[in-house]
Amino acid sequence: MLVKITVDGRPFEVETPAGETLVELLRRLGFKSVKDGCYTGTCGGCTVLLDERPVASCIMLAVQADGSSITTLEGLADDEELHPVQEAFLEVNAPQCGFCSPGMMITAVSLLRRNASPTREEIREAIAGNTCRCSGYVKVVDAIELAARKMRETR
Amino acid sequence: MKERELKVTSDTDLKVVSQRLPKVDGRSIVRGDARYTKDFVREDALFAQIVRSPYAHARIKKIDAAEALAMPGVELVLTHEDVPRIPFTTAGQNYPEPSPYDTFMLDNKVRFVGDRVAVVAARDRLTAEKAARAVRVDYEILPAVFDPEEALKEGAPVIHDEADATGIHDASRNVAASIYAEVGDIDEEFQRADFVSEHTYYSQYEQQVPMEPHVTYAYIGENGRLVIITATQVPFHVRRIVARVNEIPISQVRVIKPRIGGAFGVKQEIILEDLCGHIALRTGKPVLMELSREEEFYGTRPRHPMKLTCKTGVMKDGTIVANEMRVIANTGSYGSHGLTVPSNTGSKSMPLYRARGIRYTAEVAYTNLPVAGAFRGYGAPQGYFALESHMDEVAREIGMDPLEFRRKNLIRQGDRDPIAVKLGEGKEGFEREVRTCGIDECIELAGGAVGKGAGSPAPRPFRRVKRGVGFALCMHGTGIPGDDMAGATIKVNEDGSFNLLIGATDLGTGSDTILGQMAAEVLGVSLDDVVVYSSDTDVTPFDVGAYASSTTYVSGTAVVRAAEKVRERLRGVAAEFMGVDAGKVAFEAGEFRGPGGASLPVREVALKSFYGEAKGQISETASFLNLDCPPPFGACFAEVEVDLDTGMVRVTDIASAMDVGRAINPDLVEGQIVGCVAMGIGYALTEEMVFSSEGRTLNASLLDYKIATSLDLPDIKGFIVETVEPSGPFGVKSVGEVGMDPIAPAIVNAVFNATGVRIRELPLTPERVLTALKEAGI
Repeated sequence: MLVKITVDGRPFEVETPAGETLVELLRRLGFKSVKDGCYTGTCGGCTVLLDERPVASCIMLAVQADGSSITTLEGLADDEELHPVQEAFLEVNAPQCGFCSPGMMITAVSLLRRNASPTREEIREAIAGNTCRCSGYVKVVDAIELAARKMRETR
Repeated sequence: MKERELKVTSDTDLKVVSQRLPKVDGRSIVRGDARYTKDFVREDALFAQIVRSPYAHARIKKIDAAEALAMPGVELVLTHEDVPRIPFTTAGQNYPEPSPYDTFMLDNKVRFVGDRVAVVAARDRLTAEKAARAVRVDYEILPAVFDPEEALKEGAPVIHDEADATGIHDASRNVAASIYAEVGDIDEEFQRADFVSEHTYYSQYEQQVPMEPHVTYAYIGENGRLVIITATQVPFHVRRIVARVNEIPISQVRVIKPRIGGAFGVKQEIILEDLCGHIALRTGKPVLMELSREEEFYGTRPRHPMKLTCKTGVMKDGTIVANEMRVIANTGSYGSHGLTVPSNTGSKSMPLYRARGIRYTAEVAYTNLPVAGAFRGYGAPQGYFALESHMDEVAREIGMDPLEFRRKNLIRQGDRDPIAVKLGEGKEGFEREVRTCGIDECIELAGGAVGKGAGSPAPRPFRRVKRGVGFALCMHGTGIPGDDMAGATIKVNEDGSFNLLIGATDLGTGSDTILGQMAAEVLGVSLDDVVVYSSDTDVTPFDVGAYASSTTYVSGTAVVRAAEKVRERLRGVAAEFMGVDAGKVAFEAGEFRGPGGASLPVREVALKSFYGEAKGQISETASFLNLDCPPPFGACFAEVEVDLDTGMVRVTDIASAMDVGRAINPDLVEGQIVGCVAMGIGYALTEEMVFSSEGRTLNASLLDYKIATSLDLPDIKGFIVETVEPSGPFGVKSVGEVGMDPIAPAIVNAVFNATGVRIRELPLTPERVLTALKEAGI
C-alpha cells in the first residue's frame, strides 16, 4: 500500500509491500544508518524517533508509520554542524564498532529532550534497550552526560 | 570519572602517539555515514539462504528441490552434488592452516543441528526463506554424541568418517587434536612437593554476539573478477580460501572489508564467503548472504567448552614446584581452530607462575554440537578461569593469603617463559623473554579501586545478601611468533598529507586510528594529515588480519618502518633543495632543518617532491614478520553480592588494570579493557548456549541468551598501566584480549569470598549458585 512519511524532514510517498518492516523501508529509502541486528526488537540498533518517540523500527510495519514524521541519526546534524550528542560521542570516543551507535544516539537525544540533567542511573535506564557488545557502556554514559552539559550550556 | 584517570608515563615529546584523539572513522560513525557490508548491496541482489539440518548426525540420502525451484523468484538450489568437493577449514589462519581440513562447502553428511545441507538463492530474503523450507531432504539418521568424554570412548559414533579429510589427529576416535607439553621432570617434582592439590573445572559454550551478524555480499566486477565485500577479520585469508574452494586463481578474487560491526574472533572464520562467492560466480548476479540472529548462535563459531583439571605441587613455604593442567576440549562437529585454541589455553596461562615442573595436555574431541572457534582470548579465558580459581583454592588449603601466594610464585621481568617453546601454533614455538612486567602496578591499581564498601551490605527486608571481593591475575601474548606478517604502504601527496594503506583490519577496535597516529608521529604531521585506508586485497598490502592481539604491535611495526622510509626519502628531497648532504639535515618538530638555519616543513618538501628538481612519487612499502610475543599483564578485582535465597549474583564493583605496553590512544585502550570486563561478566554469570537432548540450541536469541545491558553492569573501572616494551613500536604490547582473562575467575573467587562456597562450573547462574549453596547447607 501507499505510505506517506517524512524522514529527517524529507517527505516520501512510497509503495510498501505487505509485511515490510519500518527498518526495511527506511534502509530501502537510503537511510542506511538505521541498523538491523536482530529483527526481534531486542538489540536496539534500529531505533528511530517516530513523532518524537523512540521505537524499534524492526518490529513495526512500515504501514504503521503512515502519516508520521521520523528522525534518524542522519537527520541530527545541521549540515556540517554536529548535534551535541554526536559531538560528545565523537569527543569521548564512545563508539567502538559503531553498529549500535545510531540507535544509542537517537535514544540519547530522546532522553535529553525529556530530561536535561539525567543522572548516570537515569542514562543507564534510558539506554537499556540499546545493546552494545564493545564498550561496557561506560564511555557511552560519559558521552551522554557530556552531551547534556553541552546542551544546558548552549541553552 | 576521576577514578578512571590514567597513570600515564608518556614521553613529553610525543605529539600524536599517546594522545586521546577521536577515531579517524568517528565522525562518519556519529553522522551515520559509516558504511557496513550490507549498506553496499544493490537492490536487485539475490538473497541466499542456507538450508540447515534438523538432525545432529545424519547422512543425506536424497534432496528434492523441485518444489523450491518452482517457486516464483527462486534462482537456484545447490546441494553437495552441485559444488566442488574440496576439504578445507573455515578457520582464517596462515597457510597451511594448523586446523584439520574436515569441512566441505556442502557435504553428503550433516554433523550438528544447523549444519549446512543446501543453499537457496532467490530474489529476496522472504522468498529464499520460504524456498529453503520447501527443500525436501531424506536423511538416514545416525547415532549422535554430545559429551566430549563420551565421544572419545571406544564405540562412540564416528563423526568424521569421510576418507578425504586431512589433518585430523585420530578420526576413528573423534580426536580432532591432541596436545602434550612438558617442562622439567614434573613427576619427580610432584613427589618432592609437601602438598599436592587437584581440582576440576568446567566451562561453557559462549557466543561472541557481534551486534552486526555475519554478512557477505558478492558480485562479479569488471573483467569477470569476483568481488566480495564482507564482515571479516581476515580479508587475505578469505581471498585465498575462497579462491581455493572455488577452483579459481587468487588473482580473480578481490575482498573488501568495510566498517565491521564487531567480531571478537567469530569473523576470523569463513562462514558465508565460500558459498556466497560460489553463487555469484555461478549466476553472474550480485548475491547477499546474511545470518539471522538465530543462525548467528548455532551457525558460527562460539568459545570451546572445556573440562580443565589443575594439579599443583607446593612446598611448605608456598613455593610452587609442579604445575599441571589437563584439558578435554569440545570442538563441536568440525575442528576449526581445534588444535590452536586448546594449545593457547596452556601456552597463555601456564607461564604465569614459576615452577620447575610444568605440564599441559589436551585432548580435543569432536561432538555433534555447533562448531567452536576463535573467541577473544582464544582459549586463555578457559585456562585462567581454571588456573586462577585453583590458585585461590590452593592458597586457602595451605593457609596462605591468596595474593601473597601468587606474588611469591609470579613470573617476573627477566624470566624466560618455559612453555612458549614447547607450545607453538601446532608446531615448535619461539623463545619468549619477559622484558617488561607491570603486574604489581596492576594489582595495586585494580585492588585499590574495589571493595571500598566492604563488609556486609545494608540489610534489606526479606533478603539475605552476602558481599565479597575476589581477584585474579593474568598474562597474555602479542601476536603469533613466526606467523604474523603485516605490510604497510605510505604514499606522499602534494599538500604534505599521506595515504596510509594497510591490510590490517579494523573491526571497531580502532586500529585504523592508532596506526594512523603512529604514521603521523614518525612523519611529524597531525593525524588529520594521514588518510587511512584498510583491508582491500586489490589495493592494500598483505596483513594476516586482526587476531591474536597482533595488530598494534605487528602492523604497527610495519607502519613505523614504512613511515621511516618515507621520511628518509623526504629528507633526501629537502637536502637536494638545500644543496647539502642528507646527513646534514635534521628532522625536528615536523621540519627538515639544514645547516645555517635553513628549514623546510614537511608540507613544502612534499610539494617539491612533485614539482621541484627531484620529481617523483614517493611511496614506500614495509613489512614486518613477528618473531616475538611480549606478554601484557593484568589484574581484575571484583566485588559481588550473592542473594542467598535466589542464587542471584550481582557484580557491584569491578576494576581491571592492564599493563599494555604504551597506550597509543588511551581512549581506545580503555574501551578494550572495559569492554572485556563487560564480556567477562557475561562469561562468568549469564552467557551459555543450552542444548536439548537432541543437540538443538534452545536459546538462540538475544532474549534467551543473556548478554549484559547497561542495567546489568556497574560503572566498570578500567586502568591502563604503561610499560615501554623495547621490541614494540613506541613500546606497545597488546590489549585486545588480555582483559578477558581474569574477569570470570575474579568473580568466581568473589562469590567464594562472599559465601564460602566454591563453584567450579561456568556460568554462575542463579540455579547453579542456589544448588551449590543448598549443598553447602546455606
